[in-house]
Amino acid sequence: MALLRLEDVGVRFGGRAALDGVDLEVPEHRTVCVLGPSGSGKSTLLRVVAGLQRADRGRVLLAGADQAGVPPHRRGVGLMFQDHQLFPQRDVAGNVAFGLRMRGAGREERARRVGELLELVGLPGAQRRAVPTLSGGEQQRVALARALAPEPKLLMLDEPLGQLDRGLRERLVTELRGLFGRLGTTVLAVTHDQGEAFALADRVVVMRDGRVAQSGTPLEVWQRPASRFVARFLGFDNLADCTVSGTRADTPWGAVEVPAGAPQGEGTLLVRPSGVRVGPEGEGLAATVEARTFRAGRVAVRLRPDAGPGLEADCALGEVPPEGARVGLRFGVGETVVLDRA
Amino acid sequence: MVLDRPEVDDSARAAPPAGTAPRGTAVRFALMAVPVAFFAVFFAYPVSAIVSRGLHHGGGWDPGRIVATATRPDILGVLWFTTWQALASTALTLLLALPGAYVLARLDFPGRRLLRAVVTVPFVLPTVVVGAAFLALVGRGGLLDDLWGVRLDTTVWAILLAHVFFNYAVVVRTVGGLWAQLDPRQEEAARMLGAGRFAAWRSVTLPALAPSLAAAALMVFLFTFTSFGVVQILGGPTFTTLEVEIYRQTADLLDLPTAAVLTLLQFAAVGTVLAVHARIVRRRETALRLVDPAHTAHRPRGAAQWLLLGGVGATVAALLLAPPAVLVERSLDTPRGYGLDYYRALFEVDSRGGSFLVPPIEAVGNSLGYALAATAVSVTVGGLAAAALTRRAGRLVRGFDALLMLPLGVSAVTVGFGFLITLDEPPLDLRTSWILVPLAQALVGIPFVVRIMLPVLRAVDERLREAAAVLGASPLRAWREVDLPLVRRALLVAAGFAFAVSLGEFGATVFIARPDNPTLPVAVARLLGRPGELNYGQAMALATLLMAVCAAALLLLERFRPDKTSGEF
Repeated sequence: MALLRLEDVGVRFGGRAALDGVDLEVPEHRTVCVLGPSGSGKSTLLRVVAGLQRADRGRVLLAGADQAGVPPHRRGVGLMFQDHQLFPQRDVAGNVAFGLRMRGAGREERARRVGELLELVGLPGAQRRAVPTLSGGEQQRVALARALAPEPKLLMLDEPLGQLDRGLRERLVTELRGLFGRLGTTVLAVTHDQGEAFALADRVVVMRDGRVAQSGTPLEVWQRPASRFVARFLGFDNLADCTVSGTRADTPWGAVEVPAGAPQGEGTLLVRPSGVRVGPEGEGLAATVEARTFRAGRVAVRLRPDAGPGLEADCALGEVPPEGARVGLRFGVGETVVLDRA
Repeated sequence: MVLDRPEVDDSARAAPPAGTAPRGTAVRFALMAVPVAFFAVFFAYPVSAIVSRGLHHGGGWDPGRIVATATRPDILGVLWFTTWQALASTALTLLLALPGAYVLARLDFPGRRLLRAVVTVPFVLPTVVVGAAFLALVGRGGLLDDLWGVRLDTTVWAILLAHVFFNYAVVVRTVGGLWAQLDPRQEEAARMLGAGRFAAWRSVTLPALAPSLAAAALMVFLFTFTSFGVVQILGGPTFTTLEVEIYRQTADLLDLPTAAVLTLLQFAAVGTVLAVHARIVRRRETALRLVDPAHTAHRPRGAAQWLLLGGVGATVAALLLAPPAVLVERSLDTPRGYGLDYYRALFEVDSRGGSFLVPPIEAVGNSLGYALAATAVSVTVGGLAAAALTRRAGRLVRGFDALLMLPLGVSAVTVGFGFLITLDEPPLDLRTSWILVPLAQALVGIPFVVRIMLPVLRAVDERLREAAAVLGASPLRAWREVDLPLVRRALLVAAGFAFAVSLGEFGATVFIARPDNPTLPVAVARLLGRPGELNYGQAMALATLLMAVCAAALLLLERFRPDKTSGEF
């Protein structure tokens, strides 16, 4: 059964819809990631579930119970704020124990739980440290421990790793995933970072302008973005209008072979960078190398075809053509997807 | 990766009140109820009652008489003097205090903290003490008179210097507080673009300071325009401000109609000044990039800065330290040489039918008791008001904000007299109750409490409260757990200010304190108003005691002062 269920939730700020008819389910013991650009309504979604923001329409159900009129402190959900919001005047233990104190836990139980949780988040013995002395990553861990301490039914994370540098972020994502798996926590997280969502989530929900643009497992979403918007948001830029008949798509780049079963008629063709094969000039689509970006052993090559929009190809380090070189391009069949035109 | 920046969902940040609006509004109105009721009963009602009594003539209104009174030559003279002495005081204060603001904001030198404390003390000293101190310095039989036969108490200079003494801290706090937080790199950027030292200051720093300069100037103008105690003591028969004239018309000449017109005049003038002030303050809230004051100060460099530091030190010594020092000296300077005679005399009832029915020393106990009660009222009412004002929203709330500042500008004498004639019948027959004095004093304390608490309360991040709520804290609990620990220090500072201004309140108290229960300022003024060396000496001794209590209260609180509130007062 779904632990959290949103039915047709809408929130308006003035004339603008921050959430516009959102339906969403978070099954128990699962992690759902809401993904979307700035202003897509992700944070508002969390605030509505937490009870910090009233929905103008629709229902929020926690374990089947309608939450209308239930104030935030009685909902039993946890929220880890984007910038942590640790209480500056309390030390680490005071922060972590806060929720336990609110539910009347005794001194001994609090001390024990705080110890356990700090152990869990990798900060053993940090109880007496002052908040301002913590690094960003440590604050992150304390905020997580604080949110976990009262054992919320549902844990919500707002940009959980947003402000950390990349290396730390990647390490923490793995740690979080392992932790939630061990604890059986039900998690609803929002992020603008596709990599984070991919690594963390059992299901991904992509939002755009207050609406759900696509939802599915991370693999489904990555393999078949539902629309041009989702594809672009996920970082795919090799997009062109196309007309499909059978396994042949007519595009500004010329005719491209697409997998069998692709939607017929007007659509958008997506070619993954790994599907753009760079060969010698004269074979396939003629193009010029515009720029090269190094990405840990691989190189993203920006190409300007003689016809059609620009393309990005993913090349191995040893096969990179120099800037300004004339090349020929071919497309791998398995790496093309036909999307709706929208 | 498409977006590498941490996202800030501004829709959520901009509009959190939307979801909680109905309940939030209800809470805010509930919080406002007590302050509004307090101001209605103890401010609006007495003031309007006495004004309308003064304007009623033979059972009807007579607007013509307002104009006739307001254009009387003697009244115009008073108005003219009130205005120009306020302007002159303001200009002189800015001239003398701006170097001090710079030195305290930007230079790092030994004794900086001490200097900061020293310039702040005068602001909380009672007007009566300031008057007495300047009398001791430049008055008849004062130190300068003894030494060189110089007397200033027959000139306007005594009043102007006393006003500077008082308001030096206003400029240093308001302007210096901002100056210390301006990023010095802005000026450096101008220098790198080819501006000279002065040109850089004028084109970068001065515009940034301008709103706070204007705010400080207006505040000084306001305080000096409504000056009562200082002028009462130093002005003699020659110099009268509106406030002194209101007192004279009410208490000496029993000419209520004239007093009422004068009250309205003062009210109109002060209302205008406050409106301008509110506009400037609102503009000041628009973004300046501020930095931690700890990083902007540096050791004095070069002869010019050392000279400036020396000059400020000399000014402070001559203007801020000398008068209180002389006050103490005079209180010990008896005909038999230095001794505690005058202090001892405070414990006796004057057998020659003097000014008091009780030993003057009892005023100390009275004053402390009244001031404590007034502080409790100020902190309660002002604290509730500040809590209601925490969220900036709505015209109604802004109007409420302005209402709270009004007592600073309405004639205290009018308030005091209004208390006497309105709060004397059931259900509010307080005429014989001791609570009357603290209530009047609290009216002056409340604006300070609000001004000190508000920036601190507003600085508490709403999302901290939300974090507490999500962790299971009810709204009340969240306030106790999140807000209270963060504002506790500010609350103490506010209480200290309220205590000090209540202790020194003179204009209203002089009316309503009963002869057998005088407060310290009232007792000092009464002693100064009588001839004889013994009365003069006792006044000096009592003023010294009052000064000591106020200074002790402030210096104690200076240790609690949160750094970030230095912008106000």
